[in-house]
Amino acid sequence: MATKVVSRDHGRRRTTVLSHLALSVASLVALFPIVWLVFLSLGPDKDDYLHPDRIWSKMSFSNYAFVTEHTKFFTWLGNTALIAVATCVIGVMFAATTGYAVSRMRFPGYKKLMWVLLVTQMFPIAVLIVPMYQILGDLGLIDTYGGLILVYCSTAVPYCAWMLKGYFDTIPIEIDEAGRIDGLTPFGTFFRLILPLARPGLAVAAFYTCLTAWGEVAFASTFMLDDGKYTLAVGLSSFVSQHDAQWNYMAATAVLIAIPVSAVFYLVQKHLVTGMTAGATKG
Amino acid sequence: MTVAVDGAAPKSAATARPGPLERLRRSWQKHWYAYAMVAPIVVVLGVLVLYPLAQGIYYTLTDANSLNSARTIGANHIAATYEFVGMHNYADILWGPTAWDRFWSHFIWTVVWTVACVTLHYVIGLGLALLLNQKLRGRTFYRMMLILPWAVPSFVTVFSWRLMLSDSGIVNTVLGTLHLPQPEWLEQPHFQQLAAILVNTWVGVPFMMVSLLGGLQSISADLYEAAEMDGASAWQRFRHVTLPGLRPVSATVVLLGIIWTFNQFVIIFLLFGNGGAPDAQILVTWAYRLGFGQQPRDFAQSATYGVLLLSILIVFTSFYRRWLARNEQV
Repeated sequence: MATKVVSRDHGRRRTTVLSHLALSVASLVALFPIVWLVFLSLGPDKDDYLHPDRIWSKMSFSNYAFVTEHTKFFTWLGNTALIAVATCVIGVMFAATTGYAVSRMRFPGYKKLMWVLLVTQMFPIAVLIVPMYQILGDLGLIDTYGGLILVYCSTAVPYCAWMLKGYFDTIPIEIDEAGRIDGLTPFGTFFRLILPLARPGLAVAAFYTCLTAWGEVAFASTFMLDDGKYTLAVGLSSFVSQHDAQWNYMAATAVLIAIPVSAVFYLVQKHLVTGMTAGATKG
Repeated sequence: MTVAVDGAAPKSAATARPGPLERLRRSWQKHWYAYAMVAPIVVVLGVLVLYPLAQGIYYTLTDANSLNSARTIGANHIAATYEFVGMHNYADILWGPTAWDRFWSHFIWTVVWTVACVTLHYVIGLGLALLLNQKLRGRTFYRMMLILPWAVPSFVTVFSWRLMLSDSGIVNTVLGTLHLPQPEWLEQPHFQQLAAILVNTWVGVPFMMVSLLGGLQSISADLYEAAEMDGASAWQRFRHVTLPGLRPVSATVVLLGIIWTFNQFVIIFLLFGNGGAPDAQILVTWAYRLGFGQQPRDFAQSATYGVLLLSILIVFTSFYRRWLARNEQV
């Protein structure tokens, strides 16, 4: 008996060591490309990525200085922040009301709506981008923030609505009933009781929409024509395509772009797992 | 709000019993909250998704390109001159003279790409989620590190990979010091495909991992204790408790993963630049190239590819859901 316990403890310890080993390796793989980019951004010449060993001796922030002083970086940053925040606010609002409606109310056409929301996920941009371009043109929304925000909402909201529906499903319906008995309208119940309870789910939805808007390339590079209206993603690509691939500036810009997202990410990460769970299990 | 009324009308008319108008009025009274709540997204999706889709489908029946479409040059507006060609685009793409080179070879690669990526996402994601779900010192730290690739925008990390995989980038330098072959990742066709799968796996694992971790945490610990009491081995517990417990999450994330990977645009587009690596282009990037990456822009063919892609996904999803429903009953 005693020997068995000992061997089992031994086995547990070995499993723990192996787990740490596996997780360390995985973390390293996950982290490396980002760390590498930060390292390369410190090398002042555009070919430094080919011989990184030379960077140690001449490390500097000159790329950062150039990018912030001589390019439209801050304009692009402002554009992206504006678009991301607006998409986030509008998108989460739409997704929350839609998710709540399909979670709680059985209205005619609700099944069809669910199916449409799923199918929207399947739309390849290739089929949408040409007609969208023309509709936005007709509406006078090409090269405007509003146009891009609308486009992002139409791609991010369906997924968020699905996810939030799952989250709302986990909130007991008795809460709604109590609210109704106390004389709240369905809107009142939704805003005063359900939304505060759904905060983790909303955090994930907000994070997802923000990330979608922050990192989207195809629509942004097609619909934004003036370089004063570029988002960071488009601006960054212009370093590579236009002049002769200025990788060093690109690396510095990339690092600057990643910092705010990582900060937001750090703030919501606690909610991330809980929020995702509800959405995924019930979705 | 008017949209909501329109949406409700045919439904209630179809099942009319106490007179259609009366039914409509009652249905509206009963459900107007719901319609008001879904109205904004219905309008946005209608204008920006369903209407473009209808128009896209119409384009597939024409020979529209950037030379014959309506356009404005300076003050002059030039009317569209493209013509209706029926199913010609579909026939040309699916069994025209160059169908194999353009459509089918890319189709096969797209399927291989989707299967490979989603399998890798799922297996690695599940493995890491299982590791993170143990009582382990520093697991919050590991979780943060492992989610990071998801937080940094993919266009940033794809550029980083591009630098790492370039001819004398860090990956080949490391391979060289280990005396292993140093392929030209971004130039040789098969290695381009390998590189694309590698990068997409790196980008996609965190999402799977987080979702599956959430799923694991929702499995009751009692089930594991009961299984252990009954003398189930670790493998048996995994096989008979963990996997069934994860089913709902897995079903959703695998479906989403397949849809997203099938339509994954950014990674291939940015990894090889616009126009590079013809062999590594999946159908979506290929369609984009036809519509935007060449002159004259071939709107009709591009839209046809889009419709074909959408049809493939819709057919697949219907089968997938039916298959899930059937398994559920057993």
